[in-house]
Amino acid sequence: MLMENRLRVLRAERGWSQQDLAGRLEVSRQSVNAIETGKYDPSLPLAFRIAELFERPIEEIFVAPSLRSSKAI
Amino acid sequence: MSLNPAMKRYNRRMIWLWLIYAAFLFVALYTFTHRLLGGPGTYLVAILPALPIIGVFVAVGRYLFEEQDEYLRMLMVRQTLWASGFALSLATIWGFLERFDLVDHIDAYYIAIVWFFGLGVGAVMNKLTLGASVQC
Repeated sequence: MLMENRLRVLRAERGWSQQDLAGRLEVSRQSVNAIETGKYDPSLPLAFRIAELFERPIEEIFVAPSLRSSKAI
Repeated sequence: MSLNPAMKRYNRRMIWLWLIYAAFLFVALYTFTHRLLGGPGTYLVAILPALPIIGVFVAVGRYLFEEQDEYLRMLMVRQTLWASGFALSLATIWGFLERFDLVDHIDAYYIAIVWFFGLGVGAVMNKLTLGASVQC
C-alpha cells in the first residue's frame, strides 16, 4: 500500500512547477509526478530531502498507511 | 525530456557497442564465408559478435549503478525484469516445442534479441501501470 502525501499542496503554496521542485531535489520531473500522484513512495533519504526543502517534519508531508486506516475507523 | 548524465553515457555506450557489433559481425561473416582461418582462431572469430552484445548487458547494469534518480532506476529495473521473464519464458516454451519436434531449431543467440525486445515490453508495461517509462 502506497503512502499519501501533501507534496502537490506544498509545491503549489510556493508557486513551484513540478520541474522547479525536481530541480531543487535533483531528481527528474517524472519522479516528482510519480510521488505526487501516489504511484511511487520515495526512499527514506529522498523523503528527508523533501522534508528539509519544505522545512517540515516528514510526517507532515507523508501519511503512513496505518494512520490513514485508523483515521477511517 | 532532457537526458541526465547517466542516460547520456548509456546512449553513448549503446551507439558504440552496436557499431562494434556491426563491424565484428562483418569480420566474422567474411572470415567464415571465405574460410580465411583454421584452428583455435576460428573460435575467437566466431565469438567476436557476442562480445559487444555482452557489452550491452554490462551497459544496462552500469546504467543501473550510475543512475542517481531512484525512480528512473526503479523503472529500468522493472524493464529488465520484464525482459528477463519474457525472454526466459519464450526460450523455455520454444525449447520444449523443439524437443518434441513441433518447431524448427533456432540458434541460441536469438535469446539476446528476444531480451532486447523484452525491454520494449517492459517499457510498455511501465507506461500502462505507472504511466511512465525510461526514455534514454
